[in-house]
Amino acid sequence: MIELNTLKQDILKSIDKASSLDDLESVRINALGKKGVLTQALKGMSDLSIEEKKTYGQSLNALKSDAFQKIEEKKKALEDALMKEKLAKEKIDMTLPVYHSSLRQGRIHPNFQVLEEMLAIFQKMGFSLAEGPDIEDDFHCFQALNIPPSHPARQMQATFFMDGKEDENYLLRTHTSTVQTRVMLDQKPPIKIVVPGRVYRCDYDMTHSPMFHQIEGLVIDKKTNMGHLKGCLVEFIKAFFELDDLPFRFRPSYFPFTEPSAEMDIGCSRENGEFKIEAGKGFMEVLGCGMVHPNVLKNCGIDPEEYQGFAFGMGIDRFAMLKYGIPDLRTFFDADMKWLKKYGFIPLNIPNLD
Amino acid sequence: MKVTLDWLKDYLDTNASVQEIAEKLTSIGLEIEEVIDEGAPLKEGFVIAQILKVRQHPNADKLHLLDVYDGQKTYSIVCGAPNVREGLKVVFAYENALIPLYNERLKKAVIRGEESAGMCCSYKELGLGEDHSAIIEINDEIPVGTDAPTALKTDVVFDINITPNRGDCLGVLGVARDLAATGIGALKEPKEHKIDGKFPCPVDVSLETKDCLQYTGRVIRGVKNVQSPAWLQRKLLSVGLRPISTLVDITNYFCIAQGRPLHVFDVKKLAGNLHIRSAKDGETLLALDEKEYTLKEGMTVIADDKAVQALGGIMGGELSGCTEETTEVFLESASFEPLNIAKTSRSLNIDSDAKSRFERGVDFCSAEQGLEDATALILEICGGEASSSIVRGEEKLINDYVPLHEDKVKKLTGVDIPFETQKEILKALHFEEKDSAFKAPSYRFDISIEADLVEEILRIYGYEHIPFLTIRPENFDDNIYTDHQKRDLLLRRALASRGLYQAITWSFMDSKVACLFENKKVMIKNPITTELDEMRPTPLANLITAAKRNFDNGEKTVALFEVGPGFYGSSPFEQREIASFIRTGEFTPLSWQGKAQEATVFDIKEDLIDTLFVLGIKEDALQIKTTAPSYYHPGKSASLMQGKKTLAVFGEIHPEVLKKLGLKEKVVAAEIYVDNLPISKKKKKVVACNTSNLQAVERDFAFVLDKEIKADSVLREIKKIDKNLISEVLLFDVYEGSHLPEGKKSLALRVTLQPTEKTLTEAEIDALSQKIITFIETKFKGEIRK
Repeated sequence: MIELNTLKQDILKSIDKASSLDDLESVRINALGKKGVLTQALKGMSDLSIEEKKTYGQSLNALKSDAFQKIEEKKKALEDALMKEKLAKEKIDMTLPVYHSSLRQGRIHPNFQVLEEMLAIFQKMGFSLAEGPDIEDDFHCFQALNIPPSHPARQMQATFFMDGKEDENYLLRTHTSTVQTRVMLDQKPPIKIVVPGRVYRCDYDMTHSPMFHQIEGLVIDKKTNMGHLKGCLVEFIKAFFELDDLPFRFRPSYFPFTEPSAEMDIGCSRENGEFKIEAGKGFMEVLGCGMVHPNVLKNCGIDPEEYQGFAFGMGIDRFAMLKYGIPDLRTFFDADMKWLKKYGFIPLNIPNLD
Repeated sequence: MKVTLDWLKDYLDTNASVQEIAEKLTSIGLEIEEVIDEGAPLKEGFVIAQILKVRQHPNADKLHLLDVYDGQKTYSIVCGAPNVREGLKVVFAYENALIPLYNERLKKAVIRGEESAGMCCSYKELGLGEDHSAIIEINDEIPVGTDAPTALKTDVVFDINITPNRGDCLGVLGVARDLAATGIGALKEPKEHKIDGKFPCPVDVSLETKDCLQYTGRVIRGVKNVQSPAWLQRKLLSVGLRPISTLVDITNYFCIAQGRPLHVFDVKKLAGNLHIRSAKDGETLLALDEKEYTLKEGMTVIADDKAVQALGGIMGGELSGCTEETTEVFLESASFEPLNIAKTSRSLNIDSDAKSRFERGVDFCSAEQGLEDATALILEICGGEASSSIVRGEEKLINDYVPLHEDKVKKLTGVDIPFETQKEILKALHFEEKDSAFKAPSYRFDISIEADLVEEILRIYGYEHIPFLTIRPENFDDNIYTDHQKRDLLLRRALASRGLYQAITWSFMDSKVACLFENKKVMIKNPITTELDEMRPTPLANLITAAKRNFDNGEKTVALFEVGPGFYGSSPFEQREIASFIRTGEFTPLSWQGKAQEATVFDIKEDLIDTLFVLGIKEDALQIKTTAPSYYHPGKSASLMQGKKTLAVFGEIHPEVLKKLGLKEKVVAAEIYVDNLPISKKKKKVVACNTSNLQAVERDFAFVLDKEIKADSVLREIKKIDKNLISEVLLFDVYEGSHLPEGKKSLALRVTLQPTEKTLTEAEIDALSQKIITFIETKFKGEIRK
C-alpha cells in the first residue's frame, strides 16, 4: 500500500514544477494515465480488507480528482501565458499612415453641387427641368426673344458664330433663354420650367469667361404676375444662401425679352477680399428677371392677351462663387486636381435644401 | 455715363443729399455703379491757410521758407512753388495728411537743413486735375480755416449704368428729367435759342440716304478756336473728357449735357458741298481716332464733292477736323437711323460717344434746336457770325398713343396703384394723355405697348411696393427630374464615388488637338483664341490635355471625369452627351505598403462596369467588341455593346496621341455614350430571390487554348452549358509562357455548381465536368492542361 500523503505531495509538486503544456501532459500521464501511479495504486487495493478498501479507496479517489483539478488549473494558466506572449509578439504600430483613402473618394464639381441645391429648391415650387442644345440658330437665341438683327442688345451679348454654315445663323447660345423659346413653341401653357446649361460669350478677362453656366426660369399661365416673381425669387435666394434675413432689393432694369424688367441685388460687403452677405454695406447684382414680353409670347405662338408670366436667369458659377467663397471664375474650368479637391464635394453629400 | 452733381444742378433744382439722389437713381432704373466724391479724401488733414511770411531758403535757390497760418497756429514749411507770396491763401496739408496723388501720409521733413511741418498743395497733389505747375491760389474772400472741399467746391460724380433702352439718359438733362418725375427736385429746362443768319450758308447740303432722317447745319465764320474757358474745361474734365479746342469741346459739351451729338468741319478743308449718302464699296476714311476705315455700301457718310469726310453719327474725319487754325466752321446737327449706326459701327468695330447715343436713338425732333443752341454757345465763346441754317429732311415722330387700362398694372405686377396716381406719374414723365391713352415724349424710343407704360409707372412708384406672392403649388408630388435627368445625376455621383474628380472643361478646344480625336471640324468662326477654335468631339480630349497641365503642376495622380457634350456638327442637336473619364499617373501611391502603381485598362474597366451597374445595366446584358475609336491603343481597347448600340468604349489611349500631347505617362480612359443607355422602366417587377440551401460544388479546370480566343467568350459559353446548374464561372489564372507551346495560353477556371432541387451525386458532377471538357475541345479546340 502506497503512502497517499507522500504521493499527493509528489504529484502536486510536479504539477507546480511543470513549465510547459508538454511537461504538464507528462505529469498527467504519470499520475492519472493508464499506467500512472494513481491508477496503479487503485489496482494494488485488491490485497486490502473491505474496511481498508473503503477508506483507502475514498482517499485515493479524492486525491485523483484533486490532481485532475490542479492539472486543469495549471493548464489554463499555461495557456493564458502562451496567448499573452503571442499577442505581445503580434503587436504592430497602429499609427502607420494610410495613403489610399483620399484617392478612393472622388469629388463633385461645385457647379453641379450648386445646381442640385438650386433644383432641390425649385422642385418644391413645382418646376420641372428642361434642357436644350448648345449650338442654336438666330431665331431661337435672338429673334424669338424680341432681339431683331442689329438690336443694340446683341452687342451686350458678344456671340460666337459657327463656321461654314449660312452667315451667322448658327451660333453658340448666349443664354439659356433659347430653351424657353423651344418649350413655348412645343408646349401649351401652363408652363413652369427651369433650364440649366452652358452658355457662351465672346469675352475673356479677369471677370469674364467665354463659357459659363446659367439657370433660367419660366412660368406662363393666365395670372402669374410680378408679385409671384418676387415671391419666388426671394424664397429661392433665402433658401439657397440659407439665410432668413438675407438683405435684397429689386430695381428696374432692361432686357429685350421682358417688360417690366428687374434686377435683384443682395446686400453684401467685400472687405480684404472676403465676400460677406450683410445689410447696409452696399449691394451686388445677382440676377435679372421680368414679365415675359408680349412680343416673345407672340413669337412663340402664345396669345399675350390671354397668357402672361415671368422669366428669370442667373449664373450658376457665380452663385457657387458667392456661396462657397471661390475667388476666380476662370479656375472653374481648369480641371485642376488640387482645386477640385479643395472646392469639390464628396459624392455622398447630396443636397436637400428647404 | 458719368454725371456730376454740379452739372446735374444745371438742370435740376434740388436740396436732396448725394445719398438720396444716388438711391433714387438706382430705384428708377438708372443704376448707380459708383459715387465718387472728389472732396472725400480732403475732408481730413487739409485746411485753407494764409502765407504770412516768405523768406529765401538759405541753402537752395528755388526753395522758400514760409510761415503759414491756419487761424489758430503758425507753421514753418519749406515750399518750392513759383507762385508763393505773402498774403496768398492756400490749401494747406497738415503733417500726417493723406496726400491723394501719392496715397501716402505727409511726414515732417528736413529739407536742405530746414524743417518743414506741412505742405501747400497743387491741384494734382489733391487729385483734382493735372496742374502741378504751381500751388492752388484760393480766392481771398474765403476765410482762413475753411475746410478744403468747401473752399475748392469739389464735385461728386455719379457713375450710372444706362441700360440700352434709355439713350435719352446718356445726357445730363435726361437724367435730371427722370429724377424730377420722382419729385426729388424741379426740372430746369435749358434755354432755347434762335439765331438769325447774317448771310446765306455758303456750303450746300444734299440728303441722299434714308438712313439720315434729318440733317441741319450752318457755317460760322470769323471764329477763334483757342482753349476753352475754364468752366467748360472743368465740366469736361469732371466726366473724364480731355479738353481739345473750344469748337470740339462745345460739341462734346452738348453730347454730354443734352445727349445731342454734333460735329464740326473746318470749312477751308472741305471741297465744295456736302452730300449725305451711302458709302461706296472700298471708299476709305482716316477718322479722328487716327485709324483708316474701309467702307461698304450702306454705311452712311458725310462726303464733300471729292471724298468722304465723316462717318455719319459715328466719327469725323481727321482731314476735315477743326484745329486751332480754324476760322470758318460748318456745324452739323443731324438725326440718324439707329439700326444703321449699330450695323456700321459693329462691322467697322468703331466706338464713340456719338455712336453710343445714335445707336440707342437720339430724339428725332432735336436736330434743329441742337443746331441753334450750339451756334449760340459758339458765338458767345468763339465770336464770329453765323450763316442762315440749312435743314434737309424732316423731324420724325415715332411715338403714338398707347391705351392704358385701369387694371393692367395690378394684373401684371400685383401692385395696387390708384389710376389717378398712374396718370400723374406718366404726366410727370412728360407723356401726353388723350382718353387714358398716353404718348411718350419724342426722346423716348422704348415705349410702344401697354407693358411699357406699366414699367414706367412702376419704376417711378417704386419696385419695393411689389408684393411677395408664392408660386408653391398646394399639392404636388412630381419630381423635378425626368427619368433620364435622374440617371444623369446618378451617373455623376457614381463616377465620383469611384474616386474620380468631376471636371468641367470648355466646350471648345484647339483644332490642332481635336484632329487627334476626330476629323469633323466643327469650327467657330470668331474664336477667342486659335487655341479654342473648334467644338470638342468628346470631353475626353480636354481631360487628357488637363492631365498634362496637372502633371506640369506637380500632381502625381490624375483621375478625372466630365459628363458633357461632344459635338459632331454645327447645327442644333448635333451633339451627344458623353461621360468621359481618365486615370493616369499613380493609381496607388508610393507608400510603406508598396510601390506606386499606375492604373491598368482593367482598373478603368472596373470603373466602367461598376458605374453601369449603378445605372441598372448588368454586365451579363453587355457584349464586348474589341474595337474602339482610333485614339485608343488598338490592342488594348474595346467597346461595350447592347445589340447594335455602343454604350461605352474604354482602353489605353494611343501612345501616338499621348506623344503628340507631350504626355509621358500612360493614360487609361473610358467614354460612356449617355444617350445610348437604356432608361430603366419605371415599374420593375420585384422577383423573389431564389436562394438554395443545398451544398454548392466547385470544380477547377485548366484549359490550353489558342491565344486569340477571348476569355469572355469561354466564360459565357461554359455558363450556357447548363444555365440552371452553373451559377458562376470564375477565371482565376491566365498563363502564357515557356511552359506552353508558342501561340497558346492557359486559362484556369473554377466552375460553381449550385443545385436547387437535390444534392448532386459524384456521377452527375463527373458527367457535367466531362461535358465542359468536351465542349471546350470541340468549340474552342482547347484541351485540358496536364
